[in-house]
Amino acid sequence: MSQAEKSCATYEETQIMNRSVVHGSFTLTRVYDAPFARVFQAFANAEAKAKWFEGPPGWKLIKRGFDFREGGREHVSGRFDNGTVTSFDCVYHDIIENERIIYSYVMEISGRRISVSQASLQLKPEGKGTKLVLTEYGDFLDGYDDAGSREHGTGDLLDKLGKSLQA
Amino acid sequence: MLNYQTPLDLAFQALADPARRSIVERLTKGPASVSELAKPLPMSLPAVMLHLKVLEESGLVKSHKVGRVRTCRIEAQPLSQAERWITERRQMWERNLDRLGAFLDDTKPEQEP
Repeated sequence: MSQAEKSCATYEETQIMNRSVVHGSFTLTRVYDAPFARVFQAFANAEAKAKWFEGPPGWKLIKRGFDFREGGREHVSGRFDNGTVTSFDCVYHDIIENERIIYSYVMEISGRRISVSQASLQLKPEGKGTKLVLTEYGDFLDGYDDAGSREHGTGDLLDKLGKSLQA
Repeated sequence: MLNYQTPLDLAFQALADPARRSIVERLTKGPASVSELAKPLPMSLPAVMLHLKVLEESGLVKSHKVGRVRTCRIEAQPLSQAERWITERRQMWERNLDRLGAFLDDTKPEQEP
């Protein structure tokens, strides 16, 4: 096998082993007992958003940047106790006050890009409250091995359980 | 050898039934109590619980009981890696949207109807 063939085989192997793009989408719906303007502000105002938008339990904020306007960017990065660093980089494409936010974002885990997604968030009045519909389409990349997030996922469930018991 | 069943075999068997598929489909939208799962199904609660037992044995569904309420959720492990990714991302947003709800409750102004 020539050197060129060898490097080609290595390249193909690498492709098979490590490179993949999986397409996925999901929709989440929530109804909040708050008028849509207040729900919208929780997405639009830096201080308000920082109160609820963060990583799972055990995750500590490293850096946060927020520029909420069309073309503006948001960045949230943090670290788990085991050293894993997550980063969320978002660009806002379309914003209609109190109604709609369309954005795309890249997620990285310890410097590895794991997904590129586009999402739309729609707010609709429902009774005295607000119905929120979040739909995301994503390209999930390169055999992302979940970096312990299942463990964190379990933590989330326990966290939710704790919260429901307090209620 | 005939008794040997891979997690995938069990998952396929579990999903061979339309009622169980509808339960799984419901659970992909988030955790639910047994009575919530039973509500849209044209069968008795004990029948639903039998289906849940099959789903739990296949590893597709996990449940836990708090007080008198048994809550079921999808267990991501037997799903393909692709589905796991998506489930995890969905969990990230579910967690944040739950926290948004708590934030909205905490900051509710007194004059709000």
